[in-house]
Amino acid sequence: MDVGQLQRRFLDYTASLFREGFLDDQFNQLQQLQDESNPDFVVEIVSLFFQDSEKLLNNLTRALDQQSVDYKRVDAHVHQLKGSSSSIGAYRVKNVCIAFRSYCEEQNIQGCLRCLHQVKHEYSLVKNKLETLLRLEQQILAAGGSIPLMV
Amino acid sequence: MKSIANEDLIGSKSMPHGNDVCQGPSSHSLNKKVTALVVEDNVVNQMIHKRLLSNLGIETQVVENGKEAVDLHHSGAVFDLILMDMEMPIMNGPEATRVLRAMGVRSKIVGVTAYSGDYEKRVFMDAGLDDYYEKPLTMAKLVSLLQELVDNN
Repeated sequence: MDVGQLQRRFLDYTASLFREGFLDDQFNQLQQLQDESNPDFVVEIVSLFFQDSEKLLNNLTRALDQQSVDYKRVDAHVHQLKGSSSSIGAYRVKNVCIAFRSYCEEQNIQGCLRCLHQVKHEYSLVKNKLETLLRLEQQILAAGGSIPLMV
Repeated sequence: MKSIANEDLIGSKSMPHGNDVCQGPSSHSLNKKVTALVVEDNVVNQMIHKRLLSNLGIETQVVENGKEAVDLHHSGAVFDLILMDMEMPIMNGPEATRVLRAMGVRSKIVGVTAYSGDYEKRVFMDAGLDDYYEKPLTMAKLVSLLQELVDNN
Protein backbone atom coordinates (compact mmCIF):
# COMPACT_ATOMS: atom_id res chain seq x y z
CA MET A 1 0.00 0.00 0.00
CA ASP A 2 1.40 3.41 -0.86
CA VAL A 3 1.59 6.35 1.53
CA GLY A 4 -1.49 8.04 0.06
CA GLN A 5 -3.59 4.93 0.58
CA LEU A 6 -2.33 4.50 4.11
CA GLN A 7 -3.11 8.12 4.91
CA ARG A 8 -6.62 7.80 3.50
CA ARG A 9 -7.19 4.66 5.50
CA PHE A 10 -5.99 6.48 8.61
CA LEU A 11 -8.32 9.42 7.99
CA ASP A 12 -11.30 7.16 7.32
CA TYR A 13 -10.64 5.18 10.45
CA THR A 14 -10.24 8.32 12.57
CA ALA A 15 -13.45 9.77 11.11
CA SER A 16 -15.36 6.62 12.04
CA LEU A 17 -14.09 6.78 15.63
CA PHE A 18 -15.38 10.33 15.90
CA ARG A 19 -18.67 9.45 14.29
CA GLU A 20 -19.25 6.55 16.67
CA GLY A 21 -18.37 8.68 19.67
CA PHE A 22 -15.28 6.79 20.74
CA LEU A 23 -13.17 9.91 20.43
CA ASP A 24 -14.00 13.59 20.61
CA ASP A 25 -12.25 16.81 19.64
CA GLN A 26 -9.89 16.63 22.60
CA PHE A 27 -8.05 13.86 20.76
CA ASN A 28 -7.48 16.29 17.88
CA GLN A 29 -6.02 18.76 20.34
CA LEU A 30 -3.52 16.14 21.45
CA GLN A 31 -2.54 15.28 17.86
CA GLN A 32 -1.76 18.95 17.36
CA LEU A 33 0.69 18.90 20.26
CA GLN A 34 2.84 16.42 18.38
CA ASP A 35 5.54 17.84 16.13
CA GLU A 36 9.12 17.21 15.01
CA SER A 37 10.47 18.08 18.44
CA ASN A 38 7.89 15.83 20.16
CA PRO A 39 7.29 13.07 17.60
CA ASP A 40 6.16 10.50 20.16
CA PHE A 41 3.77 12.63 22.14
CA VAL A 42 0.58 10.86 21.11
CA VAL A 43 2.01 7.39 21.68
CA GLU A 44 3.33 8.48 25.08
CA ILE A 45 0.14 10.09 26.29
CA VAL A 46 -2.00 7.20 25.08
CA SER A 47 0.33 4.72 26.82
CA LEU A 48 0.08 6.74 30.00
CA PHE A 49 -3.70 6.72 29.68
CA PHE A 50 -3.71 2.93 29.32
CA GLN A 51 -1.43 2.42 32.33
CA ASP A 52 -3.37 4.82 34.49
CA SER A 53 -6.78 3.46 33.48
CA GLU A 54 -5.85 -0.14 34.10
CA LYS A 55 -4.59 0.76 37.56
CA LEU A 56 -7.79 2.67 38.29
CA LEU A 57 -10.05 -0.12 37.02
CA ASN A 58 -8.24 -2.60 39.28
CA ASN A 59 -8.64 -0.23 42.21
CA LEU A 60 -12.32 0.20 41.44
CA THR A 61 -12.92 -3.53 41.22
CA ARG A 62 -11.25 -4.03 44.60
CA ALA A 63 -13.01 -1.09 46.22
CA LEU A 64 -16.47 -2.26 45.11
CA ASP A 65 -15.73 -5.79 46.23
CA GLN A 66 -15.42 -4.82 49.87
CA GLN A 67 -17.92 -5.88 52.54
CA SER A 68 -18.41 -2.27 53.44
CA VAL A 69 -17.87 -0.10 50.38
CA ASP A 70 -16.06 3.20 50.86
CA TYR A 71 -17.94 5.32 48.31
CA LYS A 72 -15.63 8.28 48.78
CA ARG A 73 -12.74 6.14 47.70
CA VAL A 74 -14.67 4.74 44.76
CA ASP A 75 -15.63 8.27 43.72
CA ALA A 76 -12.00 9.41 43.93
CA HIS A 77 -10.95 6.68 41.50
CA VAL A 78 -13.83 7.45 39.12
CA HIS A 79 -12.93 11.13 39.27
CA GLN A 80 -9.40 10.28 38.12
CA LEU A 81 -10.67 8.08 35.33
CA LYS A 82 -13.10 10.76 34.23
CA GLY A 83 -10.25 13.26 34.20
CA SER A 84 -7.91 11.15 32.09
CA SER A 85 -10.53 9.92 29.67
CA SER A 86 -11.78 13.45 29.18
CA SER A 87 -8.27 14.72 28.47
CA ILE A 88 -7.51 11.94 26.00
CA GLY A 89 -10.80 12.48 24.24
CA ALA A 90 -12.22 9.07 25.19
CA TYR A 91 -15.77 10.37 25.01
CA ARG A 92 -17.76 7.23 25.81
CA VAL A 93 -15.55 6.28 28.76
CA LYS A 94 -15.93 9.80 30.15
CA ASN A 95 -19.71 9.63 29.88
CA VAL A 96 -19.92 6.39 31.82
CA CYS A 97 -17.75 8.00 34.51
CA ILE A 98 -20.22 10.85 34.83
CA ALA A 99 -23.06 8.40 35.51
CA PHE A 100 -20.78 6.39 37.79
CA ARG A 101 -20.13 9.42 40.00
CA SER A 102 -23.87 9.96 40.46
CA TYR A 103 -24.27 6.39 41.69
CA CYS A 104 -21.36 6.91 44.08
CA GLU A 105 -23.08 9.95 45.48
CA GLU A 106 -26.27 7.92 45.99
CA GLN A 107 -24.22 5.08 47.45
CA ASN A 108 -26.07 2.83 45.03
CA ILE A 109 -24.10 -0.42 44.83
CA GLN A 110 -26.06 -1.90 41.94
CA GLY A 111 -25.67 1.26 39.92
CA CYS A 112 -21.96 1.35 40.68
CA LEU A 113 -21.41 -2.26 39.70
CA ARG A 114 -23.31 -1.73 36.45
CA CYS A 115 -21.17 1.30 35.68
CA LEU A 116 -18.00 -0.57 36.51
CA HIS A 117 -18.97 -3.24 34.04
CA GLN A 118 -19.86 -0.65 31.42
CA VAL A 119 -16.72 1.42 31.89
CA LYS A 120 -14.53 -1.67 31.58
CA HIS A 121 -16.32 -2.50 28.36
CA GLU A 122 -15.98 1.00 26.92
CA TYR A 123 -12.37 1.18 27.99
CA SER A 124 -11.46 -2.07 26.26
CA LEU A 125 -13.21 -0.87 23.09
CA VAL A 126 -11.41 2.47 22.98
CA LYS A 127 -8.12 0.83 23.87
CA ASN A 128 -8.47 -1.48 20.92
CA LYS A 129 -9.39 1.40 18.58
CA LEU A 130 -6.52 3.59 19.76
CA GLU A 131 -4.04 0.76 19.32
CA THR A 132 -5.28 0.25 15.77
CA LEU A 133 -5.04 3.98 15.11
CA LEU A 134 -1.50 4.18 16.41
CA ARG A 135 -0.52 1.15 14.34
CA LEU A 136 -1.84 2.91 11.23
CA GLU A 137 0.22 5.97 12.15
CA GLN A 138 3.34 3.86 12.48
CA GLN A 139 2.71 2.33 9.06
CA ILE A 140 2.44 5.78 7.50
CA LEU A 141 5.65 6.94 9.15
CA ALA A 142 7.47 3.74 8.16
CA ALA A 143 6.43 4.33 4.56
CA GLY A 144 7.96 7.80 4.75
CA GLY A 145 4.72 9.76 4.99
CA SER A 146 3.41 12.20 7.57
CA ILE A 147 0.32 11.90 9.72
CA PRO A 148 -2.55 13.88 8.22
CA LEU A 149 -4.44 16.00 10.73
CA MET A 150 -8.22 15.85 10.94
CA VAL A 151 -9.51 19.38 10.62
CA MET B 1 6.53 1.75 23.98
CA LYS B 2 8.23 4.12 26.37
CA SER B 3 6.63 4.21 29.76
CA ILE B 4 6.44 7.47 31.61
CA ALA B 5 7.04 7.24 35.34
CA ASN B 6 5.08 9.70 37.39
CA GLU B 7 8.32 10.71 39.07
CA ASP B 8 9.61 12.06 35.77
CA LEU B 9 6.87 14.64 35.77
CA ILE B 10 6.95 15.75 39.37
CA GLY B 11 9.67 18.27 40.03
CA SER B 12 9.02 19.12 43.64
CA LYS B 13 10.85 16.25 45.27
CA SER B 14 14.15 17.13 43.69
CA MET B 15 13.79 20.88 44.12
CA PRO B 16 16.73 22.50 45.84
CA HIS B 17 16.20 25.00 48.58
CA GLY B 18 16.83 28.58 47.57
CA ASN B 19 17.33 30.80 44.61
CA ASP B 20 18.33 28.62 41.72
CA VAL B 21 14.73 27.53 41.43
CA CYS B 22 12.55 28.98 38.65
CA GLN B 23 12.80 32.73 38.86
CA GLY B 24 9.78 34.81 38.06
CA PRO B 25 10.82 38.38 37.43
CA SER B 26 8.84 40.96 39.32
CA SER B 27 9.27 43.40 36.46
CA HIS B 28 9.30 41.52 33.21
CA SER B 29 12.36 41.77 31.04
CA LEU B 30 11.73 40.22 27.66
CA ASN B 31 14.81 37.99 27.96
CA LYS B 32 13.63 36.08 30.98
CA LYS B 33 11.81 32.84 30.37
CA VAL B 34 8.26 32.68 31.62
CA THR B 35 7.93 30.11 34.39
CA ALA B 36 4.90 28.05 35.30
CA LEU B 37 3.77 25.67 38.00
CA VAL B 38 1.20 23.00 37.21
CA VAL B 39 -0.73 21.82 40.27
CA GLU B 40 -2.63 18.73 39.18
CA ASP B 41 -3.16 15.23 40.52
CA ASN B 42 -4.07 13.46 37.29
CA VAL B 43 -1.01 12.07 35.47
CA VAL B 44 -2.49 12.39 32.00
CA ASN B 45 -3.38 16.04 32.62
CA GLN B 46 0.05 16.69 34.08
CA MET B 47 1.63 15.49 30.87
CA ILE B 48 -0.71 17.48 28.65
CA HIS B 49 -0.33 20.73 30.57
CA LYS B 50 3.42 20.31 30.68
CA ARG B 51 3.53 19.71 26.92
CA LEU B 52 1.28 22.70 26.18
CA LEU B 53 3.48 24.98 28.26
CA SER B 54 6.79 23.59 26.98
CA ASN B 55 5.63 24.04 23.39
CA LEU B 56 5.32 27.74 24.16
CA GLY B 57 8.84 27.85 25.58
CA ILE B 58 7.69 28.05 29.18
CA GLU B 59 9.77 26.52 31.92
CA THR B 60 7.37 24.25 33.77
CA GLN B 61 7.28 22.37 37.04
CA VAL B 62 4.60 19.94 38.10
CA VAL B 63 3.32 19.06 41.57
CA GLU B 64 0.46 16.74 42.41
CA ASN B 65 -1.51 18.58 45.06
CA GLY B 66 -2.02 21.95 46.73
CA LYS B 67 0.22 21.19 49.67
CA GLU B 68 3.21 20.51 47.42
CA ALA B 69 2.55 23.82 45.70
CA VAL B 70 2.54 25.62 49.04
CA ASP B 71 5.70 23.83 50.22
CA LEU B 72 7.48 24.80 47.01
CA HIS B 73 6.63 28.45 47.61
CA HIS B 74 7.76 28.19 51.23
CA SER B 75 11.15 27.08 49.98
CA GLY B 76 11.44 30.22 47.87
CA ALA B 77 10.13 29.26 44.45
CA VAL B 78 8.42 31.94 42.39
CA PHE B 79 6.45 31.42 39.19
CA ASP B 80 4.86 33.76 36.67
CA LEU B 81 1.90 31.47 36.20
CA ILE B 82 0.25 28.81 38.36
CA LEU B 83 -2.27 26.42 36.80
CA MET B 84 -4.35 25.16 39.70
CA ASP B 85 -6.62 22.14 39.49
CA MET B 86 -9.70 22.23 41.70
CA GLU B 87 -10.15 18.73 43.14
CA MET B 88 -6.97 17.26 44.58
CA PRO B 89 -6.18 15.10 47.59
CA ILE B 90 -4.48 16.47 50.74
CA MET B 91 -5.04 20.12 49.81
CA ASN B 92 -7.43 21.13 47.04
CA GLY B 93 -7.24 24.08 44.65
CA PRO B 94 -9.34 26.64 46.53
CA GLU B 95 -7.51 25.92 49.79
CA ALA B 96 -4.06 26.10 48.19
CA THR B 97 -5.00 29.33 46.43
CA ARG B 98 -6.12 30.89 49.72
CA VAL B 99 -2.90 29.83 51.43
CA LEU B 100 -0.70 31.11 48.60
CA ARG B 101 -2.43 34.49 48.55
CA ALA B 102 -2.13 34.74 52.33
CA MET B 103 1.59 34.07 51.90
CA GLY B 104 1.75 37.07 49.59
CA VAL B 105 2.08 35.18 46.32
CA ARG B 106 1.23 37.58 43.49
CA SER B 107 1.64 35.20 40.57
CA LYS B 108 -1.16 34.82 38.08
CA ILE B 109 -3.17 31.87 39.40
CA VAL B 110 -5.54 30.28 36.94
CA GLY B 111 -7.99 27.62 38.04
CA VAL B 112 -8.39 24.71 35.65
CA THR B 113 -11.57 22.89 36.50
CA ALA B 114 -13.76 20.15 35.16
CA TYR B 115 -17.21 21.50 34.48
CA SER B 116 -18.60 22.60 37.80
CA GLY B 117 -21.57 24.56 39.04
CA ASP B 118 -21.65 28.31 39.53
CA TYR B 119 -21.30 27.96 43.27
CA GLU B 120 -18.05 25.98 43.07
CA LYS B 121 -16.66 28.39 40.50
CA ARG B 122 -17.53 31.35 42.73
CA VAL B 123 -15.84 29.70 45.73
CA PHE B 124 -12.74 28.99 43.69
CA MET B 125 -12.58 32.52 42.24
CA ASP B 126 -13.13 34.00 45.70
CA ALA B 127 -10.18 32.00 47.01
CA GLY B 128 -7.99 34.33 44.95
CA LEU B 129 -7.86 33.14 41.36
CA ASP B 130 -7.16 35.59 38.57
CA ASP B 131 -9.16 33.50 36.16
CA TYR B 132 -10.32 29.97 35.47
CA TYR B 133 -10.72 27.76 32.45
CA GLU B 134 -12.62 24.56 31.99
CA LYS B 135 -10.62 21.41 31.55
CA PRO B 136 -9.12 20.19 29.42
CA LEU B 137 -6.84 23.08 28.65
CA THR B 138 -6.20 23.68 24.97
CA MET B 139 -3.50 25.58 23.14
CA ALA B 140 -5.98 28.37 22.30
CA LYS B 141 -6.99 28.90 25.95
CA LEU B 142 -3.39 28.85 27.07
CA VAL B 143 -2.26 31.36 24.46
CA SER B 144 -5.15 33.62 25.49
CA LEU B 145 -4.27 33.60 29.18
CA LEU B 146 -0.57 34.03 28.47
CA GLN B 147 -1.36 37.02 26.31
CA GLU B 148 -3.06 38.60 29.33
CA LEU B 149 -0.01 37.80 31.46
CA VAL B 150 2.28 39.57 29.01
CA ASP B 151 -0.12 42.49 28.50
CA ASN B 152 -0.56 43.11 32.21
CA ASN B 153 3.17 43.27 32.78
